[in-house]
Amino acid sequence: MGDFFTVSVLVATLASGIRLATPFLLAGLGETIGQRSGVLNLGVEGVMLLGAFSAYYITLETGSAVYGILGAIVVGLLIGLAYAFITLIMQAQQGISGIGIYLFGLGFTDLLFQKNVGTPKPIRGLGEVNIPLLSDIPKVGEIFFQHSLPVYFAFALVPLVWFMINKTTFGLNIRAVGETPEAADTLGVSVNRTRLATILIGSTMASLAGAALALEVGIFQQNLTSGQGFIAIALVYFGAWRSYGVMLGALLFGIVQATVLQLKTLGIVEGANSSLLAMAPAVLTIVVLAIVSRRVAAPGALTRPFDRAA
Amino acid sequence: MKATSTKVVASAVTALALVAASCGASDDAADAPAEDAPAEVAAEAPADEPAEPAEEVAEPIKIGIVAPSAENDLAWTQSMVDSVSRVAEGRDVEVAVSGGLFVVQDAAAAIRGYAEDGFDLVIAHGTQFGAPLQEIADDFPEVSFALGTSTDFFGKDNIYAYSVEAGEGGYVNGVMAAQLTQSNVIGVVGPVPAGDAKLYIDGFVAGAEAQNPDVEVNVNYIDSFGDVLLASEAAKAFVESGADVLTGTAQMVVGATGIAAEEGVPWFGTQSNQTDLGTDIVVASQVYHWEVVLNTILDQIAGGKLGGERRDLAQQRWPRDGVQRQLRPRRWY
Repeated sequence: MGDFFTVSVLVATLASGIRLATPFLLAGLGETIGQRSGVLNLGVEGVMLLGAFSAYYITLETGSAVYGILGAIVVGLLIGLAYAFITLIMQAQQGISGIGIYLFGLGFTDLLFQKNVGTPKPIRGLGEVNIPLLSDIPKVGEIFFQHSLPVYFAFALVPLVWFMINKTTFGLNIRAVGETPEAADTLGVSVNRTRLATILIGSTMASLAGAALALEVGIFQQNLTSGQGFIAIALVYFGAWRSYGVMLGALLFGIVQATVLQLKTLGIVEGANSSLLAMAPAVLTIVVLAIVSRRVAAPGALTRPFDRAA
Repeated sequence: MKATSTKVVASAVTALALVAASCGASDDAADAPAEDAPAEVAAEAPADEPAEPAEEVAEPIKIGIVAPSAENDLAWTQSMVDSVSRVAEGRDVEVAVSGGLFVVQDAAAAIRGYAEDGFDLVIAHGTQFGAPLQEIADDFPEVSFALGTSTDFFGKDNIYAYSVEAGEGGYVNGVMAAQLTQSNVIGVVGPVPAGDAKLYIDGFVAGAEAQNPDVEVNVNYIDSFGDVLLASEAAKAFVESGADVLTGTAQMVVGATGIAAEEGVPWFGTQSNQTDLGTDIVVASQVYHWEVVLNTILDQIAGGKLGGERRDLAQQRWPRDGVQRQLRPRRWY
C-alpha cells in the first residue's frame, strides 16, 4: 500500500493521463471538424482500427514507424473517400453508415491481422522525444515534455483547429455548411465539397489516432481500440464542438483513467471499489453531457444530408 | 545486476505444463490448497506429453472451437487451439476454429452453427458463453459440448465443464519471481478478478509471499480483457513505482509485455508460452495443456457419454517418467 499524494506519483499520473488522452484527442478533434460541417461519423472506431493496423503492419514489415504513419494517413484518406461517397453522393443515413464503417474496420483488421501476422509480434514504437530544455524542468518537464511525437502533435493541433474553424475562410465555410447549408449554397459555397474536405480531415485524424495507439503500445491485436473511438465521439459533444472543450474532455478522461490505474497499482483501492472507479470517466461524461447539452446547441444541420434539388 | 540474473533464468526458460487431473466426475469442487504445491517440480519437469489416446474410430471426430480472441493470441484462445492440435497428433480428428468472437451473440451463432453442421464436440472456450450454451445444448441432444472455464455443466447430459487450477503454475511462477526481484516489489496486471485469471494471480501472490515474506505483490485488475493501452499504462505505473518483476494474464497483457521488454523487466507468462513476446524477458510461462482433459472427454464421447461432468486441469500425476517420486502426496487426494 503506497501513498497517492506524493510528488512522484502525481507526476506519473499526470504524464500517464496525457498519454491516455492522446488517441481520444486526435480522433475527437477530427470528428469535431466533421460535425461542425454537419457530418456525423460514427465510424471513428473502425477508422482508428484500420489506421492502427496499417501503421502496425507497415512498421512491422519495413521497420520504420514513419512509413507506418504515412500508411495510416493514406488509409484514413481512402476510408474518408468511401464515407464521403456513401453519405454525400448516395446520401445514406449518417449514423447507420458510420456503424457500417465501424463494423468493417473491426472485422477487416482482424481478418488482415490473422492472415498476415497471426500471432502478436511486438514492434518498436516511436519512443519518447524529450523537448530540449523544457524536458529538463523538474516535474513539469516530466509531465509535459517527455512523450512520443503523436502526443505533441495532438496537443499542438488544438489551437490550430480552433484557428482554422474560427479565423479562416475555410472555417467560415465549414460553420456555414454545418448550420444552414441552403444559405451557404446560395452564397456560392459548395456544401458537398466542404463536407468532403472535413470528412477527409476527420477520417485521417481518426486513422492517425489509431496509429498513435498502435505505435504507443507497440503491438496490434483484434479490437485494439476497445471503444476509444466511441468515447472520442462522446467527447465532441462533451466539448461542445470546440477544440479546447474536446481537449479538456480528453484530458479529464485520460487523467481519471490514470488516477484509477495508480490507485489500483498502489493497492489503495481494491476489488469492487476499483470496478466502481473504472466507471468514473463514463459517468462523468454523461453528467457533463447532460449539463452541456442544455447550454450549447449542436450544429444546426448535423446528420442532415444536403440535396440542392430538394 | 538485474539484467544478468534475468538472463540466467531466461536461458532456462521453463514451460510449466498443467497436466491431467482427471479428477472426479461430479460437481464436487477440487479445492486446491496452493500452500503445498511443490514448486521444485517446475524447473525439472518440461512440458510433458499427456496420456496415450484411446483406440481409433472409423470416422474422423469433428471438433469445433468457438473462442473470444484470436487463435494465436499467445494466451487464452491459443492454449485451446494448440491443445486440440496436439490431440490431433494422436487421433483422427477434423478441427474447425472460430476465433475472435468476443461478442457473445456471435459466439452463440457459431456454436449453434457447428452443432447444426454435425460436429461431434463443440468447445465453447469462454465462461461467458455459458448462458447461450444452456439453450443450444437442449436443441442438440446428440451433440457434445464443452464449456470452460466453468465448474458448472448446468445439469445437462451433453455439456462437459472444464477448468484449470491456474493457481498451481501461478504459485510456481510466484516463487521464482520472488527470487528474482531485488526491489521486493512485483506488479501483476489482470483483467477482472474471476475465472482462471483470479486463480493464477492468487496462486502467484501466495507463491511469492511464501518464498519471501518481504515481497510486496501489487495486483491491478484493469477491468478489461481487451484494452491493451490500459494494460501498458498499468505496467508503466508498476515500473515507475519500483516493481522489477511483472506478470499478468489474459489477452490484453501484450500491452504490458511491451513495457516489460522496453524496460528490461522480467515477465512471467501464463495460458500459452509467451516467449515470443520477448525472448529476453519472459522467464517462464505456465501452459495450459487442455489435451489432457480433451482426450478423456473424447474417450467418453466414443463410449456414448456426451457430458454431465466437470473436468479440471491440474499439475499432478506426472506421467511415467519418475518425476512423481519427487512429488509430495497431494493433500486433497
